[in-house]
Amino acid sequence: MSQKTSAPISRRQFITGAAAAVASVTIAPGVFLMRPADAGTAEGVRWGLLIDSNRCGDCNACVTACHEENGVRGMDRPRTDAQWIRKVELRDPDTGHSHSLPVMCQHCEHPPCEDVCPTGASFRRADGIVLVNKHTCIGCRYCMLACPYKARSFIHETLTDQAAHAPRGKGTVESCTLCVHRIDRGERTTACVEACHDKGNGAMLFGDLNDPDSAISRELAEHGGTAIRADLGLNPGVRYQGI
Amino acid sequence: MTAKPQFRALDGRSGGYYGLLGILVVVIGLGLLAAVLKSAHGHYITGMDNQIVWGLPHVFAIFLIVAASGALNVASIASVFGRTIYKPLAPLSGLLAVALLVGGLAILVLDLGRPDRLVVAMTHYNFKSIFAWNIFLYTGFIAIVLVYLWFLMERRMNRYAPTTGMLAFVWRLILTTGTGAIFGFLVAREAYDAAILAPLFIAMSFAFGLAVFLLVTLAAYQWSERPLGDLILRRLKNLLGVFVAVVLYFVAVYHLTNLYATRLHGVETFLLLEGGIYPALFWVGQILLGSLLPLALLFHPVWSRARKVIATASALVILGGLAQLYVIIIGGQAYPLDMFPGFEVSSSFYDGVVVPYTPTLVEFLLGLGGVGLALFLVVVAIKFLHFLPVSLADHKVDPHHASRTDTVTASAET
Repeated sequence: MSQKTSAPISRRQFITGAAAAVASVTIAPGVFLMRPADAGTAEGVRWGLLIDSNRCGDCNACVTACHEENGVRGMDRPRTDAQWIRKVELRDPDTGHSHSLPVMCQHCEHPPCEDVCPTGASFRRADGIVLVNKHTCIGCRYCMLACPYKARSFIHETLTDQAAHAPRGKGTVESCTLCVHRIDRGERTTACVEACHDKGNGAMLFGDLNDPDSAISRELAEHGGTAIRADLGLNPGVRYQGI
Repeated sequence: MTAKPQFRALDGRSGGYYGLLGILVVVIGLGLLAAVLKSAHGHYITGMDNQIVWGLPHVFAIFLIVAASGALNVASIASVFGRTIYKPLAPLSGLLAVALLVGGLAILVLDLGRPDRLVVAMTHYNFKSIFAWNIFLYTGFIAIVLVYLWFLMERRMNRYAPTTGMLAFVWRLILTTGTGAIFGFLVAREAYDAAILAPLFIAMSFAFGLAVFLLVTLAAYQWSERPLGDLILRRLKNLLGVFVAVVLYFVAVYHLTNLYATRLHGVETFLLLEGGIYPALFWVGQILLGSLLPLALLFHPVWSRARKVIATASALVILGGLAQLYVIIIGGQAYPLDMFPGFEVSSSFYDGVVVPYTPTLVEFLLGLGGVGLALFLVVVAIKFLHFLPVSLADHKVDPHHASRTDTVTASAET
């Protein structure tokens, strides 16, 4: 009897209420995720890099700066250590001429990593930056097989002491973020570009490829540039001169 | 008129049965231990790295997945193509298909960087990804084959079996196409990026699946001391020979096409001549031991009558299949990406060099655990459900057979 008075809701109301509660709990995260993942990115912008291989020196400044900035530390295991950016030495066997250039995620307009990712964890922001969603990457590594630039690394061990703005986790895949944390703070340069500039080489340029007045667009318009594996038609956001 | 085949579960009380079950439990346990170790320490304790991202576990997993769809063939031939002689074997064929697929998927899931996020893979889909399609193809295959098994084994539902069998057959063709497309769709890698990988994988599935089916059937009938006639075996071994030949055909077309294109001469030289372990596995493992020798054994007029020879040929096809997948999966990754055509390249990230890969015990145990799981499911299922016909003696599978030959007597009646 006391039950009756203390339970003013009918069974039907309870079930309806419970169903509504379950539904809201289920849908809510989805609703919040509807918020564009790239809030803070400007519409119509396409961030990119231009790398002049002729100016690229023997140094490793861009690599060191990137890994410092993003907390990418090696474990002295070269096979499994992550590399977000690497220096590649090129030598023409006919002429003997050699030069080097940095290679990182090329932030393709049509990224094969995004195509093959089963969960959609690999994605491209509206401003052209290709990223891995650390919450939905299951660590299948199919993107690493698909990437024509070997730009991605898999985290092979437990990590400690990470940079707050660049979360990394064992068992997931990662790559260059084009220093997205800087861009979202309103800065208009990346760690690698800054280091290259400070070193005095000035081989790297960051900017908006969609803005015809940006330094990068003007340089490309004047002297041209090419993409690595342009034949694949992926339209990378990273362009090179002097290859 | 032909009598309906009688099915009966195994007694499964012998020391041998429990011994086998015990071994399989240990193998599964070792596989789980490997998965736990890998999970705790991370993938650096395996031979896989940032260059060879898929290794030995994937060879086992893809073998099992490919063999799974092929194991269904015997049932398909009975239901879809109306060959009644294969009908008694249809339930075992379906069972093996599901068990092998579950074993293969278990390896794939446990090798993920984050196996705990399996639920993410089940709730977030990118429909442009062949991997995402495969999640549907694999789970759908298991569901369809389970329904098919039910229709086959439940007398009231028998009349629906042919339709379901047809659906399962079409589904398995799409499934193996999907598995081949995992590699066929990779545009950047010279060894992949070929549409022919899809039909090649279908042919491989026919051969590997039938080889596994033959071995399991031979073992089950030998160990349970049930009669197994030569008639059905002869048909199956001939079929295996044809499938092995079809795989050889697709392999030849794949390599000839690549050899015609100058830009692919590098990767072909690597896979066929200069790549160390990969040409060795290709020529000795896949071609000689895995194809030519089984073909000779299966079609030799005298040898092929012996069951040991048929079993040996089946085992060789399986080993050849593993060698073939090792070359496709690992060889394809070991060959350097051609990012800068015309240049010699080098870097601290193994650009321009053939990447070494040495599988570790952890990977081997994980792969073996999946095989153990598949066989465990089969061994348990045939004890509790009526998968195995009481007799596969010649006059049981083909009532006209006794009138044609004098060799069969009715003494095998139970």
